[in-house]
Amino acid sequence: MADAAITVEGAEKRYGAKKALDGLDLTVARGTVHGVLGPNGAGKTTLVRVLSTLLRPDAGRIRVAGHDVVREAYAVRLRIGLLGQHAALDEELGGRQNLELFGRLHHLGARRARARADELLERFGLAGTGRKAVRQYSGGMRRRLDLAASLITEPEVLFLDEPTTGLDPRGRAEVWNSVRSLVGAGTTVLLTTQYLEEADQLADRISVVDAGRVIADGTADELKAATGGDRIDVVLRDADRLDAAVALLPLTGITVDADRRLLSAPVTDRMEALSAVVRALEQAGIQAEDVALRRPTLDEVFLHLTGDDTRMKEAA
Amino acid sequence: MSVHALTDSWTMTRRELARWQRQPVQLAVGLVFPVMLLLMFGYLVGGGRGVAGDYRDYLIPGMLALTMAFGLEGTMIAVTQDLDKGVIDRFRSMPMANGAVLVGRSAADMLQSVLTLLVLIAVGAALGWRPGGGPAALLGALGLLLLFRFAMLWIGIHLALVAGRPELVQAVQILVWPVGFLSNAFATPGSMPGWLGTAVEWNPLSHTATAVRHLFGVPGAESGHVGWAFLWPLALLAVFFPLAVRRFARLSR
Ligand SMILES: Nc1ncnc2c1ncn2[C@@H]1O[C@H](COP(=O)(O)OP(=O)(O)O)[C@@H](O)[C@H]1O
Ligand SMILES: [Mg+2]
Repeated sequence: MADAAITVEGAEKRYGAKKALDGLDLTVARGTVHGVLGPNGAGKTTLVRVLSTLLRPDAGRIRVAGHDVVREAYAVRLRIGLLGQHAALDEELGGRQNLELFGRLHHLGARRARARADELLERFGLAGTGRKAVRQYSGGMRRRLDLAASLITEPEVLFLDEPTTGLDPRGRAEVWNSVRSLVGAGTTVLLTTQYLEEADQLADRISVVDAGRVIADGTADELKAATGGDRIDVVLRDADRLDAAVALLPLTGITVDADRRLLSAPVTDRMEALSAVVRALEQAGIQAEDVALRRPTLDEVFLHLTGDDTRMKEAA
Repeated sequence: MSVHALTDSWTMTRRELARWQRQPVQLAVGLVFPVMLLLMFGYLVGGGRGVAGDYRDYLIPGMLALTMAFGLEGTMIAVTQDLDKGVIDRFRSMPMANGAVLVGRSAADMLQSVLTLLVLIAVGAALGWRPGGGPAALLGALGLLLLFRFAMLWIGIHLALVAGRPELVQAVQILVWPVGFLSNAFATPGSMPGWLGTAVEWNPLSHTATAVRHLFGVPGAESGHVGWAFLWPLALLAVFFPLAVRRFARLSR
């Protein structure tokens, strides 16, 4: 793609015998938000560190904002912003001092660095807290300041490595809103996440990554469609009857969430499956609280793609 | 190398100064600690073994040199904290001069060392101690002490980059203290058992302390140590400066 902000071809990175990136390919179009979705250890951070020139790849051709990350690292650094997995701030300095410091290191000059710091504090709702030491910030505030620091020069390409991991729901919403407001400005965003909801909410396209390679690629809808469409959910009144219901329902691939008294399974013919389920439950005298047809969640898509059902049971 | 090397280094130095301003107590504690050591050894522990003449004349140059050696810890802690907080990653992802992070660190630590030396000398003077040899000797002594500190600084940066995590600093502290005390800062090597005395005589810290004593006109401090007080730090720098720089560049491995 000629107009790609990021192209990765055959990226490899080994730590000893461990292949953190194992022939990863990726293309991100300019001005889009691209989600990189994968479990812990999939290689997301390694990918972001390679893209942001912090880590040299062992192999592969990798270009960001039109420049090679190895041979033209300086040119890449002029055009990117990075929000690492962990806050990259000077904890002892105040919020404004941090932003001014990074502004000066971007060679804005003293006056513009100061003005830019004020502007960003305002924009991220931190205007009243600029003097406080970052050490005293809440998790959400810190993440927003970190995000502000990665936007000092309005980068062409912004990397966000698990921007909301460890935040409470409110902090997460704050960061999501900030990311959404960037998209309008034409910035290309590559965002990694373990939260399928986050990728679904923020990303135009999603690459699902496992063991250092991309195992699926597409829009959220395309990924959902790829895993066979609709599902049926049955909530029982009585958790004791779950086993009985699993045994007698005319469905395959049933997953059970005991806490929610929920059975879930993929279906091919929606109406036929619905009436068959209702009939079977009625005949066996098992009472249902709810029976519903729905599209698969991204969680199910992910589990389908990685072929690892144990993960969902652990999560449930 | 970029054209911004100087401005970036200055910006990084100012970052450290801003941290002092934010944490005056921490800075003060750092200055008071060597003063406490000086008072403790000068008055509580009493005269050093094997020292002829006024013990203060012997002790204060030793304390000045010991303080420079302990500076290694401060450097290590600062560098490992930065690595741990990921802030060095942000610096490395920005279009700034590569070396500025390390230059800023050195400049700030050297400034702090100058401050510490001046405080110690002032406290010594307040207690009635007078260095002999005049202003030229005083400047020469400060120069040798700071040269020694500069070597310790790069050892500190290198060890911090090798260790990577603040927890490991403690392990290094366990090493720094014996090396600090296995010197002639408090007592003459002649007063120690054979092998210990030999180790103490070889310790670069001992050479710097003795050279400073010589410049201050302390009897029994031979002039030959001035040369060693030059050579030892330069030799250490010749080893650890390139190692540290290479290690920093290798953060991208
Ligand atoms: N510095 C390192 N040394 C050794 N192994 C590492 C290092 N960093 C990451 N790894 C390994 O590489 C794999 C990918 O890690 P990472 O990119 O951090 O994954 P993610 O961010 O998706 O959780 C993991 O198996 C991890 O243990
Ligand atoms: Mg990660």
